[in-house]
Amino acid sequence: MNNGTHLPASNEPGTLYRNPGGRRKRHAIDRLMNFVCCGSTALLALMVALVLYYVAAEGLASISWKFLVHLPRPVGVPGGGMGNGILGSIIMVLMGSALGISVGVPVGIYLAEYGNGNTGNSIRFLTEVMNGIPTIVSGVVVYWLVVVPMHTFSAYAGAIALAIIMLPLVSRATEVAVRQVPQSWREASIALGATPARTIWSVVTPGARTGIITGALLAVARIAGETAPLLFTSFGNDVQWPTHLGMATAGLPLQIFVYAMSPYSEWKSQAWAGAFVLVMGLLLLNVVVRAFAGRSAISMQG
Amino acid sequence: MTTAQDPSKTRRRRVLPGGLSTGQRFHLFEWTLVAFAFSIVLVTVLTLFILFKGAWPAIVRYGPAFVVHQYWDPVSEHFGALTYIFGTIVTSALALLFSVGVSICAALYLAEMAPRWLRAPFSFVVELLAAVPSVVYGLWGLLVMAPWLYRYIESPLNSLFPRFPLFGGTPRATSLFTAGVLLAIMISPFITAVSRDVILSASRTLKEGSIGLGATHWEAIWTLILPASSRGIFGAVVLGLGRAMGETMAVTMVVGNTPQIKASLFAPGYTLGSVLVNEFTEASIPIYLSALMELGLLLFAVSVLMNAAARILVGRMAR
Amino acid sequence: MSRQETSAPSSAARGSKIEVQNLSLWYGKTRALENISIAIPAHEITALIGPSGCGKSSFLRCVNRMNDLIENVRIEGKVCVNGEDIYAKSVDLIALRRQVGMVFQRPNPFPMSVFDNVAYGPRIHGRRNRVELQEIVQRSLDAAVLWDEVKDKLSSPAMSLSGGQQQRLCIARLLAVEPDVLLMDEPCSALDPVSTFKIEELMLGLKEKYSILLVTHNMFQASRVSNFTGFFLSGELVEFGKTEELFEKPRDKRTDDYVRGRFG
Repeated sequence: MNNGTHLPASNEPGTLYRNPGGRRKRHAIDRLMNFVCCGSTALLALMVALVLYYVAAEGLASISWKFLVHLPRPVGVPGGGMGNGILGSIIMVLMGSALGISVGVPVGIYLAEYGNGNTGNSIRFLTEVMNGIPTIVSGVVVYWLVVVPMHTFSAYAGAIALAIIMLPLVSRATEVAVRQVPQSWREASIALGATPARTIWSVVTPGARTGIITGALLAVARIAGETAPLLFTSFGNDVQWPTHLGMATAGLPLQIFVYAMSPYSEWKSQAWAGAFVLVMGLLLLNVVVRAFAGRSAISMQG
Repeated sequence: MTTAQDPSKTRRRRVLPGGLSTGQRFHLFEWTLVAFAFSIVLVTVLTLFILFKGAWPAIVRYGPAFVVHQYWDPVSEHFGALTYIFGTIVTSALALLFSVGVSICAALYLAEMAPRWLRAPFSFVVELLAAVPSVVYGLWGLLVMAPWLYRYIESPLNSLFPRFPLFGGTPRATSLFTAGVLLAIMISPFITAVSRDVILSASRTLKEGSIGLGATHWEAIWTLILPASSRGIFGAVVLGLGRAMGETMAVTMVVGNTPQIKASLFAPGYTLGSVLVNEFTEASIPIYLSALMELGLLLFAVSVLMNAAARILVGRMAR
Repeated sequence: MSRQETSAPSSAARGSKIEVQNLSLWYGKTRALENISIAIPAHEITALIGPSGCGKSSFLRCVNRMNDLIENVRIEGKVCVNGEDIYAKSVDLIALRRQVGMVFQRPNPFPMSVFDNVAYGPRIHGRRNRVELQEIVQRSLDAAVLWDEVKDKLSSPAMSLSGGQQQRLCIARLLAVEPDVLLMDEPCSALDPVSTFKIEELMLGLKEKYSILLVTHNMFQASRVSNFTGFFLSGELVEFGKTEELFEKPRDKRTDDYVRGRFG
């Protein structure tokens, strides 16, 4: 109780708390932190703007139709392009996506429908482990698995490396989408006598369709920009178009990398052009995803 | 639908909140799904197997001293990972240093302080940061940011404080410092997004209770919301660290690729990922390749550990 | 009987703690409060009753400007506490909220110890002295009729208390910052009857020092504890007056229907 030390009697409410100076300071701190946090966000926005600006400015300066359809030419010879890289990327991304999606979606479905036991949890854990594997390590692994036995670099190897990266992304997106399908739908289907297989095929998967497609497209966007997996698998090719899938194949990110690191300003310009094409492609993909899913949904976990 | 009471089948019965309750034996369809699921196991096991198999000769030959030796010389067959471990640690630490404050403040702003009409656009911007491919960051970093940093930060600091070990020596545009800054930019969207989600899920009633008592918004954040989110935010930071360590291409393009350990941040360096990029296809002798594989194994282990730790800290909430 | 207070602020303003004139509130395009005018007397317990969704909680939240936390809210009209318009530009929100405290429907103790919960308010407002804080905490817990139950476990987590204790803790937390007015938004709706009883007793004891505005969906509670009652319906203040008169001889038919349970 109040033993009358240095506290005023508290019959008058609020006597302890009249301190306008203190309050001003608290408001000032509040405003300051608001400013700091706003500034931080603005700083991040500035960074993105800077990157995209330079890609656009430098890229547009160097790009031409020739760039898109020509093979690389030696330094000093005008008119070279990254046509084979663009084509190679498209091929490998398509193949990798086909593989990654066709394996990733069933895994996701499994985890969502049957994955609550120990087995499921272990597999889910491993999926997340896979997600954390650095892409270059995946490239090294596929090198040993595919390139060495085949005695050649190939688009197959590149695609497989990309598929490995895609797998956990697609799986997670699928699992999330399938888990959001209302349980009552499954129950209704089973109650009508359908087998689980039929239920999944006809009821659950269609219901999760949007989420699955969104997740798949985002994963595609992710692997389209990957370089490290291609380094030791498709290896890159400076001289020819991909005539068959079992040869060293150029990839756009890979060519950008090589050209950027070169000492030739001509090639550096082409690197910008390549980056521009790559970013444009990704933006396009993102627009498609947005239109499809109705909101920007680039996964942070990618 | 029957629910089997047979004990031999009960362990297969699943009563799932979000799935199919089947007391029945699995038929072909289910087994197919399981087979697909095991592909994950297959891939992970294969990865580990190949890494170990490739690294084994080097592991046997150099032992644990591998991680503390600095010397990396294919000619004399002396291999030590210290240089690259140093480079990876320094660049990642710098990345965290530069990124954490900004990222968490940005997360706070997006989750709590921004006016509603600003949240979506700013969030989109942060997501854009994550969508830029690594090689594009590398290109921009090399051709735009590195010269700028050299001119406006490294050289001035170097001339002002030449004796200070971190700023000393001869500064280069491609350096540990540059790599650290670039990595900071690259990992911020991840730290920001995960932190933002964690903060958003902190209870609204906490905020109401404290503001109802007369706290300012910032005071409510500082005394209640941040402490409640601290575990998740820490997890976000660990996630960022893991990504920084695993990031290869952009770092390779700006770190200078010089195998050395110097005190100066402005000196070029070399990271685990970068040496793999540059030397993997050049490895002429088996033991050389094996040493590189051991580096890959190290990189794998570190990244996976960080990722796992982050998941545990952040929990299932991380999307 | 003397004439009842009507819904317009009357010359009994002298005794009013809170005076509201023509208050209207919109959530986006939806109008939640229509021209509310009411005078809440000091040192009394005033109850606001009405069916759910009728706006009484929204009204309550206007008095300490908690509605400011919600986006897309528009407010017109005047709310005066102790004669000062709280929506004036110069009003310091943190001083207002200290002065006008709120107890919420679900107890929301902070994830800290009992002591830290009660000391939270004083600390925020600048009290750091350990001895002083101890006295404040004890005094507040005592006033909330919780001291005897928790005096031996001040450092245990607030979450370990029962629901009723948690709510009294939230009240103690409020009292620690020495408010004038206590706004109570259905404080007992998440509690069992015994706890409810204890809190009602507490309210009756508190009105000596504080003015209490209580929102409740429980008419019996209103008739038990309050001296004045206002009946809200669809965002309007239908009737306001002394509790016994509102319940026994309401002037408006809608009030009559409601208190007789013809709808709700």
